[in-house]
Amino acid sequence: MIKTERLTKRYESLTAVDGVSFEAHPGEVLGFLGPNGAGKTTTMRMIAGFIAPTEGTASICGHDIEREPLAAKALLGYLPEGAPSYGEMSVRGFLEFIADLRGLSGTTRRNRLDQVTDRLALGSVAAQTIDTLSKGFRRRVGIAQAILHDPPVLILDEPTDGLDPNQKHEVRTLINEMAASKTIVVSTHILEEVEAVCTRAIIIARGLIVADDTPQGLAARSRYHNAVSLRLGRPEQLAAARAALAALPQVESVETDTQGLRLTALPRSGAPLLADVNAVAARDGLALQALELESGRLDEVFRSITA
Amino acid sequence: MGHIVTIAKRELAGYFATPVAYVFILIFLLLASAFTFYLGGFYERGQADLAPFFNFHPWLYLFLIPAISMRLWAEERKSGSVELLLTQPVTLWQAVLGKFFAAWAFTALALALTFPIWITVNYLGSPDNGVIFAAYIGSLLMAGGFLAIGSCMSALTRNQVVAFILAVVACFAFLLAGFPLVLDAFRAWAPQVLIDAIASLSFLTHFEAISKGVLDVRDLLYFFLTMAFFLIATAIILDVRKSE
Repeated sequence: MIKTERLTKRYESLTAVDGVSFEAHPGEVLGFLGPNGAGKTTTMRMIAGFIAPTEGTASICGHDIEREPLAAKALLGYLPEGAPSYGEMSVRGFLEFIADLRGLSGTTRRNRLDQVTDRLALGSVAAQTIDTLSKGFRRRVGIAQAILHDPPVLILDEPTDGLDPNQKHEVRTLINEMAASKTIVVSTHILEEVEAVCTRAIIIARGLIVADDTPQGLAARSRYHNAVSLRLGRPEQLAAARAALAALPQVESVETDTQGLRLTALPRSGAPLLADVNAVAARDGLALQALELESGRLDEVFRSITA
Repeated sequence: MGHIVTIAKRELAGYFATPVAYVFILIFLLLASAFTFYLGGFYERGQADLAPFFNFHPWLYLFLIPAISMRLWAEERKSGSVELLLTQPVTLWQAVLGKFFAAWAFTALALALTFPIWITVNYLGSPDNGVIFAAYIGSLLMAGGFLAIGSCMSALTRNQVVAFILAVVACFAFLLAGFPLVLDAFRAWAPQVLIDAIASLSFLTHFEAISKGVLDVRDLLYFFLTMAFFLIATAIILDVRKSE
């Protein structure tokens, strides 16, 4: 598990991270969200023991990162921002170097090296120098390095940055597979990723935690939570349909997308609308092509709490 | 200890992954020979010793050692690999020493490859091989001192060129600490004790003693303390600046 208490990092003129406290437990995939420069990377660097906090503490499985750095680091797999590695080394050589630092030996070492090479599909480039690899491969080398010693705690700073959609999917599958037994923290600014892999999300802005909830809980904060969207088949019905929806007592407002002939009815304080909208459609004989119930839009929640 | 060796091995292999190592060794050997035979007058002196060879080592190292040491930390910081390295279960000490020993071992290799000149002088006459051995030890220790200074300068910056220039200037100051060029800058205002202290820091004075075959404990201690001082400084600077 990971535990931080009032973790704070101050530079001369700026407070990058300001009293961040949270706990993450095995089985959890914690998404760390925030605009660029919000303090995500600084927080992760403090937990990983790369920079020392100005105040507060962080611990990995009960080992304080400042008082017992080696014990804490041994239990942690860490992918730093940008997935740095040694460009002049071969993929195999680099992973062997990490295996040595991680104290792996004998059959365990061989098996783990084979497993991560296989799992991250690095076999075809094992002999290539890292400098010659594409961005996607380099990111995967970074992830391979982080999971090589099968650590109980994983911190991945933007693990899918620079990957194509297939590779993103692969990495998310990998994270989901590992989630059952490990504590995983993933930083990202890709919101679909939060829905795809995270069981919980922390949003950080200007160094402060501004939200800590499940992805569903966050989505429920959206104005679009329980909103109903419908797409009309006949353009001439648009104005009338809009008026009819706006007249419903539970509807706060109606958004119109004339191009797509799409109307979105936003509910007053999240009240369920679907039945009412359906009734209106039947009564007025609207030619519906699609009817959708929205669960909420994370990007809108993200903007409203970090702006 | 295990981690120091692992880090040193990786670092050393890194030198040979690019042409840098081969170019360096080639230039070192060429310059060392050119100085010995042309400037040092190896044949003309008519003496069976390697003084003309060793006398130029301080000046050779002045430019060649910073070329090795400049990448030690500047490159790690620039590429961000320092974050990867220091979040592995290793101490800062193991990293500083591992990288330093790799650079030192590399210099030792370059120095060892000058063995033909030793064979030559033994073929031509009968030199005192004890003196030659002592001079090799002295040269290696001086290289270690220069490398430790270079390591410290490399930790100061992310830019290798800046690291190189800083190291050359710092090494030059240490080389000439006992000479008017450096001492005059202090003479106007500093007390005599300080001036004597600075004068005693000169690499040249200590190296000359060793290269004449006098293995004085004080000279050996001097080089080891210089290395220790600058490696401690390296660790302190890294601790403060590694993430910048």
